[in-house]
Amino acid sequence: MDIVLAPSPHFRSRMTIENAMYGVILALLPGLAVGVYYFGPNALRVLFLSILGCLFFEGAFLKMRGKDLGPLKDGSALLTGILLAMNVPAGLPSWMVLVGAGIAIGLGKQVYGGLGYNPFNPALVARIFLLISYPVAMTSWPAPKPFSFYLDAVTKATPLGDMKTTVMMTGKISEVDVGFVKPLLGHVGGSLGEISAIALLIGGIYMLARKIITWHIPVSFLGTVFVLTGIAWIINPERYASPLFHMVAGGLMLGAWFMATDYVTSPVTGKGMILFGVGCGILTASIRLFGGYPEGVAFAILLMNGATPIIDRYTRPRIFGYPTTRKGGK
Amino acid sequence: MSDRFRGGIHPEDNKHTRNEAIRSLEMPDRLIISLSQHIGAPARPVVSVGDRVLKFQTVAEPGGFVSCAMHAPTSGTVKVVGPSPHPSGSLIPAVVIEPDGKDEAVDLTGQADPGLEKGPQAWKDMIRDGGIVGMGGAAFPTHVKLSPPEEKPIDVVIANGVECEPFLTSDHRVMLESPKEVIEGILLAMEIVGCKKGVIGIEANKPDAVKAMKEAGLPDGVTVDVLPLMYPQGAEKQLIYAVTKREVPSGGLPMDIGVVVQNVGTLAAINAVVRRGSPFIERVVTLGGSMPKGPGNYLLPIGTPLSHLVEKTGGLKGPAARIINGGPMMGAALAGLESPVTKGTSGILVFGPGEMRPLKQRACIRCGKCVSVCPASLMPHMLSNIVEYQLFDKLKEFNVTDCIECGCCSFECPADRNIVQFIRQGKAHLWASERG
Repeated sequence: MDIVLAPSPHFRSRMTIENAMYGVILALLPGLAVGVYYFGPNALRVLFLSILGCLFFEGAFLKMRGKDLGPLKDGSALLTGILLAMNVPAGLPSWMVLVGAGIAIGLGKQVYGGLGYNPFNPALVARIFLLISYPVAMTSWPAPKPFSFYLDAVTKATPLGDMKTTVMMTGKISEVDVGFVKPLLGHVGGSLGEISAIALLIGGIYMLARKIITWHIPVSFLGTVFVLTGIAWIINPERYASPLFHMVAGGLMLGAWFMATDYVTSPVTGKGMILFGVGCGILTASIRLFGGYPEGVAFAILLMNGATPIIDRYTRPRIFGYPTTRKGGK
Repeated sequence: MSDRFRGGIHPEDNKHTRNEAIRSLEMPDRLIISLSQHIGAPARPVVSVGDRVLKFQTVAEPGGFVSCAMHAPTSGTVKVVGPSPHPSGSLIPAVVIEPDGKDEAVDLTGQADPGLEKGPQAWKDMIRDGGIVGMGGAAFPTHVKLSPPEEKPIDVVIANGVECEPFLTSDHRVMLESPKEVIEGILLAMEIVGCKKGVIGIEANKPDAVKAMKEAGLPDGVTVDVLPLMYPQGAEKQLIYAVTKREVPSGGLPMDIGVVVQNVGTLAAINAVVRRGSPFIERVVTLGGSMPKGPGNYLLPIGTPLSHLVEKTGGLKGPAARIINGGPMMGAALAGLESPVTKGTSGILVFGPGEMRPLKQRACIRCGKCVSVCPASLMPHMLSNIVEYQLFDKLKEFNVTDCIECGCCSFECPADRNIVQFIRQGKAHLWASERG
């Protein structure tokens, strides 16, 4: 008889790192499908290279660190590859995609020790790196064209970009720019995987239902952006777009459901997650309303990633059996 | 129904043996009465090799206030007084009796109090001399729990019929088959600690037990509290909170907040020793898991070798890969079936190869699931990291000693971390360093 002497508990839930990662990937498929629908083979090229690059660099860095290649199969590098692709324009030159993959895995993850140790969201580190290094390529969004099989040279600004330009030029928004329906469905310019709010929302709800994520971060993030842009809109509807437009435009849905909820780089308590989401919302709304960049989701999440350790420190739950006034029972 | 305490999980309850009536087996050819079946000092043997003992006869006396007497479950000859198999895996001193098949018993008439005339102090002595300990698993001597100092008045006794561990059904069957014993037991406990209120806590997956209690007739002051399903509601602190909304202070005892908790089986044992003088010589044990051919609930003499239990119920369907002493959440794995049933043995579970998925322990990915399910509101992921990276000076800051080791964190962990095991190591380190 081969009796196993293992510590209790002897049964475990079905949720593993792999289940969580592949669950998130499944949830990304609707948004990804819309990207492929509008940007065609170009989107597939970026996606393929980003995934290949991330897996390659994950393997290469693991090898350099003398680790076994087991983590390649945990789904985290694959997920980073997909998220990176969704965070860049579908027309991004191939070599830039590969540079991004190297930055995401190398500088965003492996230098810290791999999955679990990285303070910042790897895909967002790469997105910001690319945006700062190649600002033109990173803001040249191909025009969405269903079932287009040609590399289209025509580019189109994002709704947020259009709005920012119009506001800068005229001090007012134009009703043409801030429509709600097109960004909801995805018929707009934007990064490969951020254009359809509804497709991303479906993925988010799927993750909630499977308990891969909790409501705390997306609800507090989206809610804060809604409230702050709503206040601005009530004060001056000529200059500021409606909160509904802000909900569906830009990278907010992708960020709030898929990037801010990254386990490793967000707080661990419900209270901490809410603080984190509110912080992301305040920063996003501030950049969108008052900043030079049209969009602020990526910056907001990265900044709040940096605040995660201190949020964790100050949101420790009151331990059972301690007076209510003494936090953390120190 | 909403949750009655913070945190917790919903493992599949797997109560496959819930409808199996309690049965007895034939007497084994030896009984290993361990001298350490309880929390506290080991018992002191009072018999020698070669002595003939009778059923109910005391074979070991308590080795201190927090200790427990041991009795012969049947008549026979003492074969060994010394190191013997024990569930811990070590050889621990025991009195080994070879039954003679006659089952001759000591006359208990003088020791019983059928009319309840002797009063609480005498009953407490009977409970102590009868070797009664908590039957929920921790096996804490019952007379100690029933002896709160005067400055700690008790206003409620809670009967723990939660049995939240998956697979285990021994308490369930006791409530179904002996509801009167449990109710008489809680009345005795209430009188001993001088309170007027008793609550029988039962989880909602045992409606038949709730019904049995009510049909047996609940006396004034005793109620049944049907609790929504949530593991670990049977943990003492969580049950007290679920029933009374009072928190046992960190490092404190239930008596500090006016509560005494007794397992339903223990209450039945209290009743048996007070009214009939019958000491703790047998208990109900669930045999479960996927491998036993005869799963069920068995009334076994203390000291019955586990191999006897398995063989006399038809053996196993195939090779065993994991044997668990207790439930799957908190029970310890056993290396084999040599060790005996002890007073704390609520169940023996046997599983085959491949039933537990192989674990791949990895770095914490900070998903926060352990934090959200921890009934003590700890940060289990931090404790596991602290121990893994040997940052032992942080153990106290993160309140390692408030962990009740329920296993919710490990159960949920997607990185397959043995969080509870890390915490056990952390506690051991802390105690070792505090001892100097």
